[in-house]
Amino acid sequence: MALALQQLINGLTLGAVYGLIAIGYTMVYGIIGMINFAHGDIYMVSAFIAITVFTLLASFAISSVPLALVLVLIVAVLFTSVYGWAVERIAYRPLRGATRLAPLISAIGMSIFLQNFVQLTQGARVKPIPPVLVGGIDLMTFDGFTVRLAYTQILIVIVTVALMAGFTWLITKTSFGRQQRSCEQDRTMTALLGINVDRTISLTFMLGAALAAVAGVMVTVYYGVVDFFIGFVAGIKAFTAAVLGGIGSLPGAMLGGLLIGLIEAFWAAYLSAEYKDVATFSILILVLMFRPSGLLGRPEVEKV
Amino acid sequence: MKKSILTAALSVLALAGGNVYADILVAIAGPMTGQYASAGDQIRKGAEMAIADINAKGGVLGQKLKLEVGDDACDPKQAVSVANTMVNKQIVFMHGHWCSSSTIPASDVYNESQIPMATVSTNPQVTERGLKNIFRIMGRDDQQGLVAGNFLAEHFKGQKIAVVDDKSAYGKGLADEIAKAMEAKGVKPTLRESITAGEKDYSGLVSKLKSAGVEVMAFGGYHTEVALILRQAQQAGLKLMVMGGDTMTNSELVTAAGPAADNVFFTFAPDPRKNPSAAAVVKKFRDAKVEPEGYVMYAYAAMQLFADAANAAKSTKYKDLEKALRSGSFDTVIGKLSFDAKGDNKLPGFMVYQWQGGKYDYVKK
Repeated sequence: MALALQQLINGLTLGAVYGLIAIGYTMVYGIIGMINFAHGDIYMVSAFIAITVFTLLASFAISSVPLALVLVLIVAVLFTSVYGWAVERIAYRPLRGATRLAPLISAIGMSIFLQNFVQLTQGARVKPIPPVLVGGIDLMTFDGFTVRLAYTQILIVIVTVALMAGFTWLITKTSFGRQQRSCEQDRTMTALLGINVDRTISLTFMLGAALAAVAGVMVTVYYGVVDFFIGFVAGIKAFTAAVLGGIGSLPGAMLGGLLIGLIEAFWAAYLSAEYKDVATFSILILVLMFRPSGLLGRPEVEKV
Repeated sequence: MKKSILTAALSVLALAGGNVYADILVAIAGPMTGQYASAGDQIRKGAEMAIADINAKGGVLGQKLKLEVGDDACDPKQAVSVANTMVNKQIVFMHGHWCSSSTIPASDVYNESQIPMATVSTNPQVTERGLKNIFRIMGRDDQQGLVAGNFLAEHFKGQKIAVVDDKSAYGKGLADEIAKAMEAKGVKPTLRESITAGEKDYSGLVSKLKSAGVEVMAFGGYHTEVALILRQAQQAGLKLMVMGGDTMTNSELVTAAGPAADNVFFTFAPDPRKNPSAAAVVKKFRDAKVEPEGYVMYAYAAMQLFADAANAAKSTKYKDLEKALRSGSFDTVIGKLSFDAKGDNKLPGFMVYQWQGGKYDYVKK
């Protein structure tokens, strides 16, 4: 019982991180119909930016944790969205209108480039930071097992919820959101109505990167170590989350992320940590067998 | 006329080629990149220093040594391709690889091409396959598992102990040996678990340990995972002691785990830094701002081993080297090395260490 509650907390935290990354995949798919395989590496880059800024702040003797966190978040979001913009500008925009496979290959190339770039400039070693936010609240004790809610977990969940609320408002209520949604429906028509399609797509990439940046900062604070390879595993998991929730659907991405986080947490605690990835991907296959467009995805309607 | 020019050109080429290979090529291989790159870094620093020292003393058989570095990233597939590359470069001696899962497949390649190798990989299978070219300058996991298992059974009697591994050849092998040794002493592990190395989230494992009331975790695997598990255990309010193997010598464990690293015990060969005959070399490393921890001195010793064996055999041919290595006894910075028929060394086995304030030392009994 207590173990279940603990794993619920752990799973939700992990799922929130997956969800934040998954939104980047799903938004890009929605607007230009391609899978941005470099997205996981954008997240990795943001984690490195976070660790660099944390180290810098420590050397300036800034010891206030909230101030440091806010500064790191701002810097990471700014720099990472520039990365997101640059990736789109360099690797995808020149290929717009080419076959569907071309940007896909370009994305894989970009992913390998970013990984090697970070490995060569930052070194292959694991980069650790000393614990930033320690401690937590003991919620309850049951059969000698104390359920612990770490401050970092509270932080991750609060930031994710706030971001999701802000994001939903941005997409549904603002003029950028309308432009973004109309690009998703019909890019040619949107362009005819005088909307700058290229700019909208660029902004979408930057938004996705900004969310990944927040995830990168959170993960750096939560786990405390970063290496150039973290983007791969996280990217695959987040991509799976996006597909599970229905690629193209924003709430779907978040739901998929949470589901995968929870499946992993419960499987590892009750069955076997060894087979947790097998479980995750088996469930993905099962869902896709019965709902090919994912949990919240709309099946694509053939236009005649 | 044309023919003679061609012959002249060819012979010049052959001469030039001969000149390139006038140096004796020796090699190291290990994880120079990837998540265990810091171990590769230690090996490289140790070997480079040794080769500089040997060359300063006039080299081996009047020739200079030249170092080749291979990067396998602890990936068995990459290890085999590194081995093939090294064979093509015509190296005469290999120190490596580091991960047992890399050493085992790569050693077949070296064996076929008759290249002697000195390794620090601890999995018993490294020397149990009857290969004649392998010499192990570190102990074996069955020895280290026995020491670790006995230590756990003695010092943590009555506490709940979990045995966890990372599914790698090294990690699982070691964890199995620890569990076996514990059971022989009548202590049954409370939990037996495996994790996937390279992940970041081990909260599932931590919760499981916590709910089972585990206070001590015997771990077969590498330091990067232990650091993450310790950190997450601390976050979950679980005070966890860890008993690990030789890979825990890495100071990255302390940077990543913070003060929680003080709870880590591990087994490692007797600390070569405490060897009186190694004092000069230790000082030299410290002057060069390299702390000779972990595998640094082992890499240094491997190069010494090669130089001494080649000098004793007066040859760098495989047959002579192999004979010299098997029958001789060599003074190195890690002690007197001599090998049994399998290629395991006869040095005294393992000691139990503990991290304390960023440094490791023998456990105080």
